[in-house]
Amino acid sequence: MEHTHNRVVSAIVENKPGVLHSVSNLFRRRNFNIESITVGPTETKDLARITITVNADEKTLDQVVKQLDKLVDVVGVAELEPDSIVTRELALVKVNVPSVEERSDIISCVQVFRGRVVDVSPESLMVEITGTPDKIDAFLNLMRTFGIIELARTGITALSRGARAVSLEE
Amino acid sequence: MTKTSGAKALIQSLKNQKVDTIFGILGGAILPVYDALCGDQNIRHIIARHEQCAAHAAEGYARASGRPGVCMATSGPGATNLVTGIANAYMDSSPVVALTGQVPSTGTNTSYMIGRDAFQEADIIGITTPITKFNCQPRAVTEIPKMVNTAFYIATTGRPGPVLIDLPKNIQAETAEVEITNQIDARGYNLVTQPDLAQISIAVDLLSKAEKPIILAGGGVIIANASDELVKLSDFLMAPVATTFMGKGAFPEIHPLSLGSIGMHGNPAANRLISEADVLLAVGTRFSDRATANLNTFAAEAKKIHIDIDPAEIGKNIDVNIAIVGDAKKTLSIIYAAVAKKLQKNRGLAWAKRVKEAKEKLSPLIQDTPKDVVPKTLLSELRKLLPENAIVTTEVGQNQMWSALYFQALKPRTFISSGGLGTMGFGFPAALGAKVACPDRAVVDIAGDGSFIMTEQELACSIMENIPVTVIVLNNSVLGMVAQWQRLLYGKRYMAVHLGKTPDFVKLAEAFGAQGFRVGSIPEFHNAVKQALKSKVTTVIDVPIGSEEDVVPFVPPGCGLPQQRGDY
Repeated sequence: MEHTHNRVVSAIVENKPGVLHSVSNLFRRRNFNIESITVGPTETKDLARITITVNADEKTLDQVVKQLDKLVDVVGVAELEPDSIVTRELALVKVNVPSVEERSDIISCVQVFRGRVVDVSPESLMVEITGTPDKIDAFLNLMRTFGIIELARTGITALSRGARAVSLEE
Repeated sequence: MTKTSGAKALIQSLKNQKVDTIFGILGGAILPVYDALCGDQNIRHIIARHEQCAAHAAEGYARASGRPGVCMATSGPGATNLVTGIANAYMDSSPVVALTGQVPSTGTNTSYMIGRDAFQEADIIGITTPITKFNCQPRAVTEIPKMVNTAFYIATTGRPGPVLIDLPKNIQAETAEVEITNQIDARGYNLVTQPDLAQISIAVDLLSKAEKPIILAGGGVIIANASDELVKLSDFLMAPVATTFMGKGAFPEIHPLSLGSIGMHGNPAANRLISEADVLLAVGTRFSDRATANLNTFAAEAKKIHIDIDPAEIGKNIDVNIAIVGDAKKTLSIIYAAVAKKLQKNRGLAWAKRVKEAKEKLSPLIQDTPKDVVPKTLLSELRKLLPENAIVTTEVGQNQMWSALYFQALKPRTFISSGGLGTMGFGFPAALGAKVACPDRAVVDIAGDGSFIMTEQELACSIMENIPVTVIVLNNSVLGMVAQWQRLLYGKRYMAVHLGKTPDFVKLAEAFGAQGFRVGSIPEFHNAVKQALKSKVTTVIDVPIGSEEDVVPFVPPGCGLPQQRGDY
């Protein structure tokens, strides 16, 4: 078995009903592993971008891209090269606040990670944090010592560096 | 501009696509379309007796003629009954356009609509997403013409496949100012037909230096109408041609360089020689597991060149040395021109000798005419009785593999069978579709008793619609192929395979108004086939055969082609 890595595949798709279904269904049907999938509008009104993190070896990744490209509603698709990629994820974390001292401990951690406190209650804080998945993992590890009440992560969204884009021609 | 209903816009758009036949069954949610068809002189509607058969018939029509086949059904069960037929067309890359009715897309509390589990509502778009090349549902009447054009364009170009259009009932009935256009809407549809010349030049180099070249032709050669190019290239290179099961007919099987099909029940010479070859040129094949058997030993000595129009087939099942994405006809003719420039004809005399010797020694065909009523004899005799351009369909199982081994296909589009999905019951409705497409040619379904009974109700369609075909039931009273596996791989522990002596296929045929014969000898078989070919109604020929007959040779699951077993 070839070594597998997390790879990021970016697909520009028709912004219409059913497209997310056909994309996610393809992954199930072909036995590809989705680590995360995010969808959102693009700069063009009728196109959306789907960013998929997939754990795959070279051969599987090649199939992921080719099979996605076969879908008529997928207008363009490419792997974002690992060494020229900007990835971001956002997490909202509701942290348990056992005491006043610990509240300030949590807030200083948030500052170190350049997060923001977005909601405060007597027993909890809600923190917004963005960054690479690794950074978010590190932050969450720290927060576990206080107790995480609830967590929501968006999954990765990404673009490649420089002027090149996943275009209609690809 | 005058206002047109969605249903009328659909029918006009179908005519714009030169549709002359629809196989279907109506129902509540497709009534406006049927109303628009009422009295139409240009489109023939053929009532199937089960929607699955409408889809298979559309596929038979498509594969015999090369033109897209159209089937239609109502919402809910009508649509879900199409599913097997659509999946079959998807696996075998056949251009089929399926039209389904759907409950209304908008409505009030008194008229139920999509998403509210209305009567006969099924999410056919969701269900068919993984088994169609494309599917869509119009949200407005004005979308219909472009959508139909797009559906036919996608179904028929590149690697063909089924497309489904789901038509909400309100969209069929509503009227709007509709422009019947030739436009399509598929900016995300990539079509590569022009092969990369740099890759071709490397391939030509490899072929020119090959001592033992072999060509593997798949269904893509038939789809691309590339048989003439294939024959020319094979003749020039003195490269024997094996086909996949789906490629049967791509190369005339009486040609001295024809090896027949490779695979689990392949022709021994084909399976043997593909293992000995030093260069393999594979065209229009997806390297299905039934064709290659164990991939580790598949063409292990050969450098591999793969031509396919679907980029996703490159590297999917097998790693190759050279990959060329493009149309088979174009690519083969460019390769031929380049090879002919580079080489003198008639090289590799040692290989030619080996090919001839392997064919003589390993041929499964019989030279004389024995008297036993066994599949081998029946199918070799059938070839002699049928004109060269007769179309043969098969069911699935032993009847199919015997047909592959013993019935020689001489022309493309004359051998039509369910290769990828392996759908029992496919052959008979596909034969009806083929006959509708090619009414002047003889059409024969080679069936087993187990398969034929799955779609035999279409005898009613064949009689009512006046579509005479011949069904030859190789009747062993058993689900023969699985019985063979139980015999050879499960220690003869037979379970759920014996079907008994029912029905009486002669009486069954007669009950539908068809003609029935039971034959017990080769002369009787000759006689029955001759009468069937002259008959104005469909003929069922029941041929009782032994129930313990195996299909040999056989490559057991997990083994490679060189480990073929059998008394050949």
